[in-house]
Amino acid sequence: MGIGTYLALASVLFGIGAAGFLARRNMLIQLMSIELMLNAVNVLLLAFNRAYPGNHDGQVFAFFVIAVAAAEAAVGLAILIAYYRIKKTLDTDDATLLKY
Amino acid sequence: MTGPGATLFVVTSIFAMAGALMTISSRRPLRAAIGLLVHIVSLSAMFLTLNAHLLAALQLLVYAGAIVVLFVFVIMLIGPAAEIGPMEGRLASRTLGIALTIVVVLAVSTSVAYFDAPWQAVSDEFGTVEGLGMAIYKQALVPFEIISITLLVAIVGAIAVARSRTE
Repeated sequence: MGIGTYLALASVLFGIGAAGFLARRNMLIQLMSIELMLNAVNVLLLAFNRAYPGNHDGQVFAFFVIAVAAAEAAVGLAILIAYYRIKKTLDTDDATLLKY
Repeated sequence: MTGPGATLFVVTSIFAMAGALMTISSRRPLRAAIGLLVHIVSLSAMFLTLNAHLLAALQLLVYAGAIVVLFVFVIMLIGPAAEIGPMEGRLASRTLGIALTIVVVLAVSTSVAYFDAPWQAVSDEFGTVEGLGMAIYKQALVPFEIISITLLVAIVGAIAVARSRTE
């Protein structure tokens, strides 16, 4: 199990998250897909830091990614609830207030 | 890396991919949240093979303990309206999106899979609470404090956005 295996796994996980974000129109699922992509980036950071263990830079960066992901999830879910209150649906195709 | 680390990596990577696929393909949002939970717990175990002990614990605490629970609470608040079928409308754009993603992922993953760097021996405190804590305290003290302000602003913003308009 070299570092290349970790890199390939991280890119596959990021691709699953990106495909979910592009293919689904449910806002909840899209927020979960964003979390999948952030987790894939964390795997990359930790794998590279394990390969070059002279300092903790990658792990420090992954720590901040986790903290920002928590803030992003809180704000995203608040926006979702506000959107649901206006539209009574979670379908992002219906978010057309700025379109016309 | 050989032995238990390799076995743990294979098992956790299979579970991580299965959880991710369950997240993006399930029709019910609660099942998607459970898939996200499986994904997060298996990634937390995978972090142990990378000598990231503190981050494995933080992954469990923050993601499984806070974010997934927040998702489940929102699903509970919204109720049946949260369920939308997996394949609704705009077939051309979503097929194009998935196809482009698969092509890019195949190209990237097959090209990086052969990158190899020998695993170097790590010190005893690499990734532990002491080692990572001292690294954050010495190099990233200002970003750490800014993160606390970011979280505070996120809390205030979440309350302001989600608050009911009908006073």
